[in-house]
Amino acid sequence: MGKILNIQPVTRIEGHARITVHLDESGNVEDARMNLMSLRGFEKFIEGRPAEEVPRIVNRICGICPWMHHLASNKAVDGCFDVTPTPTGHKLRELLQVMAHINDKILHFFFLAAPDFVLGPDSDYSVRNVIGVVKAAPELATQVVKMRQLGQMMLDRFAGKAIHPIAAVTGGFSKPMREAERVELLKDTQTLLDFSLFALDFAKNNVFSKYLDVISELGVIKTGFLGTVDRADGSFRIYDGKQRLMKADGSYVDFEGVDYLDYLGEHVESWSYGKMPYAKSWNEGFSMDLSEPKGIYRANTLARINVCDQMATPKAQEALEEFRAAFGRPAQATLLYHYARLIELIYACERTIELLNWEGITDTDVRAKVTPQAGRGVGVLEAPRGTLIHDYTTDANGCIESANLIVGTTHNIGPMNMSVKQAATALIKDGVYDQGILNKVEMAVRAYDP
Amino acid sequence: MGVTTALEWLSSCSGCEIAILNIGEDLVPIITEHLDIVHAPVIMDHKYYGQCGDEGEHLNIPEAVVGIISGGVSNDEHMEVLEEMRKKCKVLIALGSCATQGGIPALMNGQDSAASFDEIYQTSSTDAGATRPDEVVPKMLDRTYALDEKVKIDLRLPGCPPNPAHIAEAIMALLENRDPVLPTKSVCDTCPTKREGKGAVNTVKRFVENAVFDPDKPISEMRCLLEQGYMCMGPVTAAGCAKRGAPSCIEARVPCRGCFGSVRPHGNQLLDMMNALASNGIDFTSVVDRRSIQRFSGAHGNLRPKKVAAKEEA
Repeated sequence: MGKILNIQPVTRIEGHARITVHLDESGNVEDARMNLMSLRGFEKFIEGRPAEEVPRIVNRICGICPWMHHLASNKAVDGCFDVTPTPTGHKLRELLQVMAHINDKILHFFFLAAPDFVLGPDSDYSVRNVIGVVKAAPELATQVVKMRQLGQMMLDRFAGKAIHPIAAVTGGFSKPMREAERVELLKDTQTLLDFSLFALDFAKNNVFSKYLDVISELGVIKTGFLGTVDRADGSFRIYDGKQRLMKADGSYVDFEGVDYLDYLGEHVESWSYGKMPYAKSWNEGFSMDLSEPKGIYRANTLARINVCDQMATPKAQEALEEFRAAFGRPAQATLLYHYARLIELIYACERTIELLNWEGITDTDVRAKVTPQAGRGVGVLEAPRGTLIHDYTTDANGCIESANLIVGTTHNIGPMNMSVKQAATALIKDGVYDQGILNKVEMAVRAYDP
Repeated sequence: MGVTTALEWLSSCSGCEIAILNIGEDLVPIITEHLDIVHAPVIMDHKYYGQCGDEGEHLNIPEAVVGIISGGVSNDEHMEVLEEMRKKCKVLIALGSCATQGGIPALMNGQDSAASFDEIYQTSSTDAGATRPDEVVPKMLDRTYALDEKVKIDLRLPGCPPNPAHIAEAIMALLENRDPVLPTKSVCDTCPTKREGKGAVNTVKRFVENAVFDPDKPISEMRCLLEQGYMCMGPVTAAGCAKRGAPSCIEARVPCRGCFGSVRPHGNQLLDMMNALASNGIDFTSVVDRRSIQRFSGAHGNLRPKKVAAKEEA
């Protein structure tokens, strides 16, 4: 008779999950799974709501990335109402998108993931957390707390609310930016750019070099990748562009987000509320088999870094070149998600500065004329956790008739299950396990920042 | 040693936890000196069934003086966690509008939730023949509940998200053994916009065009959004969102949608809003989607499936 280990809750992630490890009679891993435990039903309860209200309802899907849901939803509503935002409205939205990526990355790397590296994966659970980091490295921690807060308050001051925003509206934005605001945001972003360069250096010296063995082994699987790139030159993009679906061998197809149903499907397992997207267009079905996965691709930082031809900003491009020289393209090691996250942090700061320096950013023509009507709109952008798709259809009154959402994290549910199984199988032998070993299994999940 | 504290989240989005972080630098002494956090899935690794997941069938949370819970109750696991928290914590705080009045997930209370949950697994992108997962995942309850519908709650901190300053005030008040100082008025009562009398407005507009305002002038120079003809729920919503003087949405020049819930703890924002509109001579049938006025307060029986509601009215 075997045994089941029930690791619950999975911690230092956003949301409710459990890892179950099934051990056979000799104490080796028979199977390991990650179950997603929550179901709320946004796709259904936005039906009937006036579409222009939906961007301020669906932001509640995620309190860590509310901006991305808010903005993808606005894009979808624009599509339904056949409206193109004014140039300034469009740029203000992108600005808020890249600004919101900044503090998300600081939060994940330093608050959620860093305890495993700063205090060590095997340290006791009671200290292996951000409070432990504060006590072990007070100077670093104080700086990190300040920087995350700065990023969050930049959003809050300009847009009224950083969490569950309301300032993007169908047709554009609810208010223009004033010159004084622009100057202050520019100054603060420069501070964050300096910090982001420090963060990558810190991680290279204290994490990636120190944990090279763990990185090259823990949770490593071989998959394809999905991300967004510039329509013209294939550069890294997170607000607007075309989708790129890459196979593990590096070959890829590009497609427009509105055509996502031709490329992506969602598989459902009876033991997890999370739907599992897969590459339908590869025509090989869905399988999480470790040696021969089918239809499996990954999203989120590592995927975006892999699919882009280059970074569109200078410091981030330098970092990408160094990353590619060391790990190739596409890089597959799961813990490299953290490295890719810090390259994206640099990009987000640099892009924020570019947008703040765009000549029309303080123009007052921020919202185009909008008329509620029947239509369909697909809003796609890159949430921190992966490609985010909001697909709405409206009735003649401009109310939601039907909605389909593919949320960033879900692309990685299949891959996370595979990484959990890979890590558990490699680490648990002959019935020997302890809290440190099981934490390493969780680290394979944490890298994906679910 | 600080005061032992346990945090949990139920049917939630983690926005409340980000609001705690947004206390900012003041949070550092709170979590390192004043509080001793013994359980908090979002930041620390304490597990329900032992650190190796092999200890017993019953979910275990350590004893604590203070318990803070975000999210409403919508499945049997939430129920089990909530009961364990009540049992183990002396003072239980409901954090955020999901915990106090159901919040956005309680919008599901307005429809046939079983059919809706099934349909989520039958969309344009799901595999043909897929059905709602039913193995080892928690069972959904008949609807989403606020915490005080299930257990005794000692303090409510509404908001979507709640105001970081109020979270800090509540914690400090507990440590200092005094009552916290929290807002009691409505959003309208605290709103600096200019009121000039209702004028010719007799219907409400959808927010498909921006409010009229001079961006170079402060909020106090902008005319009240209700008076501009927009649906603004300031009159029937609890104050507390303001961080820099004006209510948060008004700061973005956008009307209020009621995210702090009703002014009185168990009030009904829909009935109150209909009254507010009617008493100002505004035709409330011009509101396109009246049910979404309850979008933050659908627990406590405020939102029910349409068919059931129709039967009860008959």
